[in-house]
Amino acid sequence: MSLLRVENLHAVLKESMEEILKGVNVKVNSGEIHAIMGPNGSGKSTFAHVLMGNPKFKVTSGSITLDGVDLGDLSTDERAKQGMFMTFQHPQEIPGIRLRSFLIAASGELGNMESPIMKSRKIDRLSIDNSFDKDLVDRYLNVGFSGGEKKKSEIVQMQFLKPKLVVLDEIDSGLDVDALKVISKSINSFRSERNGIILITHYERLLEYVVPDYVHVYVDGSVVASGGPDLAREIQQSGYERYAVSLREV
Amino acid sequence: MSREAFVDSSRFEFTSRTDYSYVSEKGFTESLVREISGRKDEPGWMLQLRLNSFRAFSRIHDPSFGVDTGLLDLGEIVAYLKPNASRERAWEDLPVEIRETFEKLGIPEAERNSLSGAGAQYDSEVVYQNIKRELEELGVVFLDMESAVKEYPELVKKYFMKAVPATDHKYSALHGAVWSGGSFVYVPKNIKVKQPLQAYFRMNAASSGQFEHTLIVADEGSELQFIEGCSAPRFNELNLHVGMVEIFVLKGARVRYSTIQNWSKNTYNLNTKRAIVEEDGTMEWISGSLGSMKTMLYPTTVLKGRRARAEHLGITYAGPGQHMDTGSKVIHLAPETSSIVDARSISTGGGWAFYRGLLDISERAVNSKSAVQCTAMMIDNDSRSDTLPIISVDNSSSNIGHEARIGRISEEQIFYLMSRGLSESEAKAMIVRGFVEPVAKQFPVEYAVELNRLINLEIEGSIG
Repeated sequence: MSLLRVENLHAVLKESMEEILKGVNVKVNSGEIHAIMGPNGSGKSTFAHVLMGNPKFKVTSGSITLDGVDLGDLSTDERAKQGMFMTFQHPQEIPGIRLRSFLIAASGELGNMESPIMKSRKIDRLSIDNSFDKDLVDRYLNVGFSGGEKKKSEIVQMQFLKPKLVVLDEIDSGLDVDALKVISKSINSFRSERNGIILITHYERLLEYVVPDYVHVYVDGSVVASGGPDLAREIQQSGYERYAVSLREV
Repeated sequence: MSREAFVDSSRFEFTSRTDYSYVSEKGFTESLVREISGRKDEPGWMLQLRLNSFRAFSRIHDPSFGVDTGLLDLGEIVAYLKPNASRERAWEDLPVEIRETFEKLGIPEAERNSLSGAGAQYDSEVVYQNIKRELEELGVVFLDMESAVKEYPELVKKYFMKAVPATDHKYSALHGAVWSGGSFVYVPKNIKVKQPLQAYFRMNAASSGQFEHTLIVADEGSELQFIEGCSAPRFNELNLHVGMVEIFVLKGARVRYSTIQNWSKNTYNLNTKRAIVEEDGTMEWISGSLGSMKTMLYPTTVLKGRRARAEHLGITYAGPGQHMDTGSKVIHLAPETSSIVDARSISTGGGWAFYRGLLDISERAVNSKSAVQCTAMMIDNDSRSDTLPIISVDNSSSNIGHEARIGRISEEQIFYLMSRGLSESEAKAMIVRGFVEPVAKQFPVEYAVELNRLINLEIEGSIG
């Protein structure tokens, strides 16, 4: 049984009723890394938000199943409790709430009953592993963080909350090479037989450090081609134009 | 669905059967003013001050701004209720029902743990007042206002209603006429009182008014923190609170005055607070305006001496049925004075939070600095926020920063927090707690904890 099964998923933007997911099919098994690549504006991020249940979007047909559970009617927090997680391209700043206390509270919601002291130690260790300035853990959540610090904060949150299925939405954007290496290392060490990972990315660069099992090309709201890691290299050389054209011909 | 859990939480929601030795007729008359003064056995000058105030009250109209006082029928208010208890220095000596009231509110415990002294007012009179002996020996005075009139007439005459004259507005005039209870604090030169003094005000009777007067004189180089708390059970009839706080911060002294106002939602809270700060003095107002049905309150600092400083931090909460008209006034009269204002409000469930601020930098106040920030957060579409900051600067060498923001709670923030497992209501409560945190952390810890608890209760309770 697949860990994540997305079948013929259609969704609209509630505000305008514009269709933004046009029949997406993806299956992710435990232990696998899938990369979703596509040109800017192809709606890759939207796919992540629909999986996470962002109320701005409405699923009109198709299904999302995580570990046998239909997520269709679940709210965002209920999906998180089922093991779904995403990192944000632009993580929100929450003034007045410290990253450490936020993570301790959130992990409690997800059923982690360890003592706050134990949790606190783990958070400190994860921040060191990610060369994430330890002081940031006791600052307000993402407030005043640099672009790279925000991305590392997302990765620390992922490692601490231990979700079953993670969608990393453009985790590589705006990172310098050093930060990219650190984050890639964390993703690789997070990968296990107990979870699945979807990397949404515009560039192939990240995939040199985190080698995916499958690559999907995503154009205009659906997956138009799938293949192995070679597909990413091919796109790097010849771009997305071919897929956009083939779609139009269909 | 919205619940009114914020101030009517069970901790405050109880009435006590009380024995009163005197209850005045409803309404306000000159004979009532004489009656109060006579029962307090006051000197002639104080009676005269009351009568002058009463005459001013009869002349002055309601303010032309702020809350609607149309529902308030002063003819229905009982101005003076004297509980059948004498002023004690030990909680055990109080009548049992009064002692239990303050025990439920946690006052004796707070006094034991973290205070230099505590006072407790029950309806119109202070029933308990105590200060640590060692502070008393250093000359620190902490008395109920009536005793101070008798024991320190020169000090009281010099300062009483000198920061806020009776003619200031209608309710300062009413206050001058019928004031009862409150605290008098004098801190001698260079004495630094380490732990705070606290006064707690409890209204226990329906249709009653409370008119306590707090007068603080911090002599040169001294330091004081004063905490004020208040609550009342909820009645169907209206209650009225017209208190007054006057603070004199002399040269180089420092006073921090923290308030958690938690009146029940049948209360009109028309309160006046003002501080006059001399050279190198510092005044800090930390205000939490949470309860009451309608509030008008604008703590004011007059920076009279060179390099005097003021800091105003405030949280205003307007829940269902509440109209909170709060703000701050800072008047810079001397050179090199500085002020910081950080006012935050939350409105929810149809509540209305109005920020009214004045920053006035006079021609003489050259090289002054001020930073004013007012931020309003609305939790839903039924609620209302306004900000009216007035800034007047009469010299060109001063440096002013101003920022005003009104916003709704952000959907993107809620989604982000929910993606980590928090429910919608928990996410909202967390955002609101974060919003008030910079001010909340300035409160004494038990009040900060209480504030967070109340936010959780109200925000989480108000959603589905």
